[in-house]
Amino acid sequence: MEAFTTHTGRAVPLRRSNVDTDQIIPAHWLKKVTRDGFEDGLFEAWRKDPEFVLNQETYKGATVLVAGPDFGTGSSREHAVWALQNYGFKAVISSRFADIFRGNSLKNGLLTVVLPQETVDRLQKLVESDPTAEVTVDLVNREVRAEGVTAGFELDENARWRLLEGLDDISLTLREESAIADYEANRPSFKPRTIEV
Amino acid sequence: MGRTLAEKVWDDHVVRRAEGEPDLLFIDLHLLHEVTSPQAFDGLRKAGRQVRRTDLTIATEDHNTPTLDIDKPIADPVSRTQLETLRKNCAEFGVRLHPLGDVEQGVVHVVGPQLGLTQPGTTVVCGDSHTSTHGAFGALAFGIGTSQVEHVLATQTLPMAPFRTMAITVDGELPDGVTAKDLILAIIAKIGTGGGQGYVIEYRGSAIEKLSMEARMTICNMSIEAGARAGMIAPDQTTFDYLQGRDHAPEGEDWDAAVAYWKTLRTDDDAVFDTEVVIDAASLAPFVTWGTNPGQGAPLSANVPDPASYEDPSERHAAERALEYMGLTAGQPLREISVDTVFVGSCTNGRIEDLRSAASILEGRKVADGVRVLIVPGSVRVALQAVEEGLDKVFTAAGAEWRHAGCSMCLGMNPDQLAPGERSASTSNRNFEGRQGKGGRTHLVSPQVAAATAVLGHLASPADLAGQSDVATPAGV
Ligand code: SF4
Repeated sequence: MEAFTTHTGRAVPLRRSNVDTDQIIPAHWLKKVTRDGFEDGLFEAWRKDPEFVLNQETYKGATVLVAGPDFGTGSSREHAVWALQNYGFKAVISSRFADIFRGNSLKNGLLTVVLPQETVDRLQKLVESDPTAEVTVDLVNREVRAEGVTAGFELDENARWRLLEGLDDISLTLREESAIADYEANRPSFKPRTIEV
Repeated sequence: MGRTLAEKVWDDHVVRRAEGEPDLLFIDLHLLHEVTSPQAFDGLRKAGRQVRRTDLTIATEDHNTPTLDIDKPIADPVSRTQLETLRKNCAEFGVRLHPLGDVEQGVVHVVGPQLGLTQPGTTVVCGDSHTSTHGAFGALAFGIGTSQVEHVLATQTLPMAPFRTMAITVDGELPDGVTAKDLILAIIAKIGTGGGQGYVIEYRGSAIEKLSMEARMTICNMSIEAGARAGMIAPDQTTFDYLQGRDHAPEGEDWDAAVAYWKTLRTDDDAVFDTEVVIDAASLAPFVTWGTNPGQGAPLSANVPDPASYEDPSERHAAERALEYMGLTAGQPLREISVDTVFVGSCTNGRIEDLRSAASILEGRKVADGVRVLIVPGSVRVALQAVEEGLDKVFTAAGAEWRHAGCSMCLGMNPDQLAPGERSASTSNRNFEGRQGKGGRTHLVSPQVAAATAVLGHLASPADLAGQSDVATPAGV
């Protein structure tokens, strides 16, 4: 996983609440067996509308998504995170994220930042009135900065450390091999098994 | 202080606990399907890793599988590749797989319980958000992403951030014609699609205790639609009776030891939930959704709401958008909404009890002219049982299509889809824009409402069918 420390870029305002994972990446894209090439599927249905914010020339190349509340609800598809990253997004800001989406994003190095709704509103207004405005998402100082906005955000220390270091969860867990083996040795015999070994 | 059911199961699975870090939990059962696993197996291969516990892992094919002509090669090459990839991966890594055509194939959340693999007090994960279904057995079951699938394959554990606990207590009797599906839709409308965020919900109370395992699975299944990580119901005699004698249920001394343990899996009297919600079962009615998220629902007797009636601007905006997408107008009675398609199936309502109740309504009646009705059993076992009971004949005689098992129109990854603008009454769990096909419009309903709707051609409950039972009576309104 690529480490995330701080990122500065232009931002796209997405004024919709409850943006579910079927909107982020529709099901027919889920047939792919790779982690890349999802950029064209991102918000596919909405992008058919020339007025949709991602289709506006002024927001081309933006890397921060400022979204409405309850972003990423719905299915567990990690493809939603890959699609946002494949498209070029480095961070998503919202007042509330669905749990699984948030977990997936942090595992892939897409920073999801929770800010109060009124701060999100201010950021959306800012980038609507000035699409060239830059937004900085600073994980080192846990702060979002833009013209007229400085807002701290919370992220649990462990998740933050993994992001800052770009650490792979599996290697970290494999260091606990003996704890896992101990646990396995003490599991009751009535626990289900899928096959005889 | 006492502990809740969820806390007990969690504590029993902690492999390692350290200050400031998420607990590392052991996973008892890992379910796989073709959509969220290929990139995980790829990751293993790249890192030169094995599947740590093939004996705790099982795979089935469900999302892409066709429900017609299953003996022919799958027409869509991309779907075919995905299924072939799963077959290749399972063979290479030694994972048990139930492919299309196998008697144990079906929707992953129907297969686990029917094999007896889902048991009280276990941790169950799957790269699928409706893994919450398995919580009906008192298992701690949650959906995970592909990175986590890879993590579980490699280590049989998952680092998990702590959760909060919510009790939803439903006391009293559900009125006639009101089902588990109506109850969970009403709960989601009440607490909202974000209301359960960060929580594990425990459903309790006398109305929950009276439910069958199938109905409990319907409730826990849709916990995710309320935003919760998982939903659980304490195991009891109903649970034990369901499990006993199933393929993978414990036997002999193991059974006794298991039941003794399962009986300890109850929330202690002095345990405290972070949040409590109380619902009076008697106040409920058949419930349907009118919008594009599962929280946008109302009793069938109500009218399409007026967006202007919402105080919260983002809810108002969402309601406006939803009505526009759904092609509805504020104030229109929900009962007057006509549908093109009825879908009975999915991991929410694709079990034998669901098919029985739909069949009991369709028996001796005809599907309304111009309405397409798809009956898709949740698994091959469910299909076989239905055939044994003659339900398939009831469906086809009524003019419904009896299909092969799979996810089907729940998400339309296979050819079963709505055309743009088409409207369905669906027993599945998500009414998102385009969920059942681009431009498709979905109303979530119970199997009973689905069946009554199929007969009348508009959203309806079985109570509306009085006088419609004569086969010779032309169906429709
Ligand atoms: S039936 Fe629907 S919700 Fe259930 S696993 Fe299949 S696609 Fe997902």
